[in-house]
Amino acid sequence: MATIGILIETEDGNVKDTNFGVLTAARSQGDGTIVALMLDGSADGAKAVLEKYGANKVVQVSAAGGDLSTSPDLKARALAAAIDNYSLDALLGMASAQGRDIFARLAASMDLPLASDCMAVDLAAKTVKKSHFSGKTFATVKMSGPVVLCALRPNAIEAVEAPADAAVESFAAPVEDPCLVKVVDVKKEAADTVDLTEAGVIVTGGRPIASADNYKILAECARLLGGTIGASRAAVDAGFAPHAMQVGQTGKTVSPRLYIGCGLSGSVQHFAGMKTSKVIVAFNTDKDAPIFEKCDYGFVGDLFDIVPVLTEVLKEKR
Amino acid sequence: MQIYVCAKHVPDTAANIKVVGENGFDDAGCKFIANPYDEYAVEQAVQLVEKNGGEVVVVTVGKAAAAATIRAAMAMGAHRGILVTIANQFLDSQTTARALAAAIQQDGKPDIIFTGKGAVDSEGFQTLYRLAAAMELPVVNEINRLEIADGKATVGHEIGGGAREVLEVALPCVLGTTKGLNEPRYPKFPDIMKAKKKPIKEMTLADLGVSLDGAQSELVKLEKVPERTGAKMLGGDVRQAMEELVRILKEEEKVI
Ligand SMILES: Cc1cc2nc3c(=O)[nH]c(=O)nc-3n(C[C@H](O)[C@H](O)[C@@H](O)COP(=O)(O)OP(=O)(O)OC[C@H]3O[C@@H](n4cnc5c(N)ncnc54)[C@H](O)[C@@H]3O)c2cc1C
Ligand SMILES: Cc1cc2nc3c(=O)[nH]c(=O)nc-3n(C[C@H](O)[C@H](O)[C@H](O)COP(=O)(O)OP(=O)(O)OC[C@H]3O[C@@H](n4cnc5c(N)ncnc54)[C@H](O)[C@@H]3O)c2cc1C
Repeated sequence: MATIGILIETEDGNVKDTNFGVLTAARSQGDGTIVALMLDGSADGAKAVLEKYGANKVVQVSAAGGDLSTSPDLKARALAAAIDNYSLDALLGMASAQGRDIFARLAASMDLPLASDCMAVDLAAKTVKKSHFSGKTFATVKMSGPVVLCALRPNAIEAVEAPADAAVESFAAPVEDPCLVKVVDVKKEAADTVDLTEAGVIVTGGRPIASADNYKILAECARLLGGTIGASRAAVDAGFAPHAMQVGQTGKTVSPRLYIGCGLSGSVQHFAGMKTSKVIVAFNTDKDAPIFEKCDYGFVGDLFDIVPVLTEVLKEKR
Repeated sequence: MQIYVCAKHVPDTAANIKVVGENGFDDAGCKFIANPYDEYAVEQAVQLVEKNGGEVVVVTVGKAAAAATIRAAMAMGAHRGILVTIANQFLDSQTTARALAAAIQQDGKPDIIFTGKGAVDSEGFQTLYRLAAAMELPVVNEINRLEIADGKATVGHEIGGGAREVLEVALPCVLGTTKGLNEPRYPKFPDIMKAKKKPIKEMTLADLGVSLDGAQSELVKLEKVPERTGAKMLGGDVRQAMEELVRILKEEEKVI
């Protein structure tokens, strides 16, 4: 029976919803013990939500030799010690900006194979499925190390509840900070925005959005859907949106349940970043726009006419 | 400053990828470019050397054709190149990193090693961390701000949720670059001509004492992502279409 670790991510002390899909991925590997590892937040506070999705143990990890929040390398060392301590066969987590970083540090320091940004994982076969060539192909990669490290694309696996009873414990890893990299400041720029890569619903505006201000029209619609807004590179380059909002090959890779593209032509590079969305909807004035060949539902028309009506319908049907 | 830049030769992201056999693709029939994120690395290295003096050396692991990526970096201002030639289409990140580390160590003493934040073909997001571990250097990825002073780099990157992190790291170090750090220059014709005369040192994995036995990940299958076959177009006026859309998303797709 496998023992699977999950690296839990929190935001402002709360367990992010995107962790639940990772727990579901671990649960679907057959009988096994699931150990949720927390480097921040509070294990006591997280117990209730984590056991709902099948965690058997919730561990508060700390490092004897320093403050985890200021040293990514110390986090990696503490995780390495936890893998050892709990004899983990695999560690799963999320390929968010932070997840990708910590998993890569861990893999490099333990010289273990790592698969990042995976769509699926099979621990018995030690294989993962991941996107490759900017979303054009799926690759199956086999990993042969003693411990499998796998960071999953947020939302790639739909969360399913699987209640269990979890014990809470703490683990002080006997590790020192190598003092290579030091976090000196964290700035929160936009408060209470849903992170693009982890959003369940994204409403994106392309070049015809025409101004930064016009994104408000999309933002209201996105808010009603519990999601956030995105932009194409053409809109970012024109100065209508910050690069942090860009979806695509040179922006963020996202995989929401629902992606609504407003005034997007459907470029290969944009699709490289959002192709794995569950449902794609497009609004475009041109009935021959390439995006209509690549999405699930389409409507021909002006986004400035359409989006406010969609918002209105959503308000009424809530 | 002695600056090394790791640049990967990758299929153009707009190129059509034709899968061949179980786990290969037709690389002869597809256009290759320098990995787009590595262009930010080259640009940053060239700017630093323009300001402080020194040398920019580009290191690439790939087939012989990958020399084109080194030439492209040279046209942007890099001085020399090192090409570690391999016969395989894919090489795992551990072996790639060992080869990059050995090639750099054999060549000189880096003040900074720049890489891209990730390769757009195999999307491993890890080679630079393994390179840093092999050379016992600090590493930070996805940087879009950089200041260097007093033997120390102060870097910034986004950590999601609208938050930014500022980190300090001592030189020498490995830094992964991303969009926002700079605007990569378009080389002018004379620069492209000059680049043709700049030296490229070629070597094999064996020359560097790097074996393929350490590989822990293997590509077993490559398949085309199934494409959507065209949208279901909604009819009626805007109001009718949006009511129908909301109904479908709620009742049929169950995504809202
Ligand atoms: C489909 C597929 C999936 C793969 N998945 C994994 C995996 O999950 N785990 C794993 O260990 N390996 C994996 N590999 C192997 C490995 O990713 C690449 O083959 C290897 O070339 C390194 O690329 P990367 O994608 O890891 O690069 P990244 O780590 O994404 O690249 C980061 C930076 O490193 C530098 N760099 C990377 N490769 C080179 C190079 N050849 N020459 C010069 N600079 C370079 C560049 O500056 C680049 O921007 C996979 C390969 C394939 C084909
Ligand atoms: C190396 C490289 C990397 C790239 N990376 C990215 C990336 O990460 N992300 C990205 O998005 N792009 C990227 N691009 C750019 C990409 O190729 C396209 O140029 C870009 O995505 C186009 O953006 P768009 O769809 O907003 O604009 P356009 O292509 O200009 O399309 C606008 C569409 O809106 C329609 N339209 C016009 N007015 C209205 C209206 N009022 N209402 C509704 N529809 C309307 C038009 O019919 C048209 O189809 C990259 C390109 C390269 C070469």
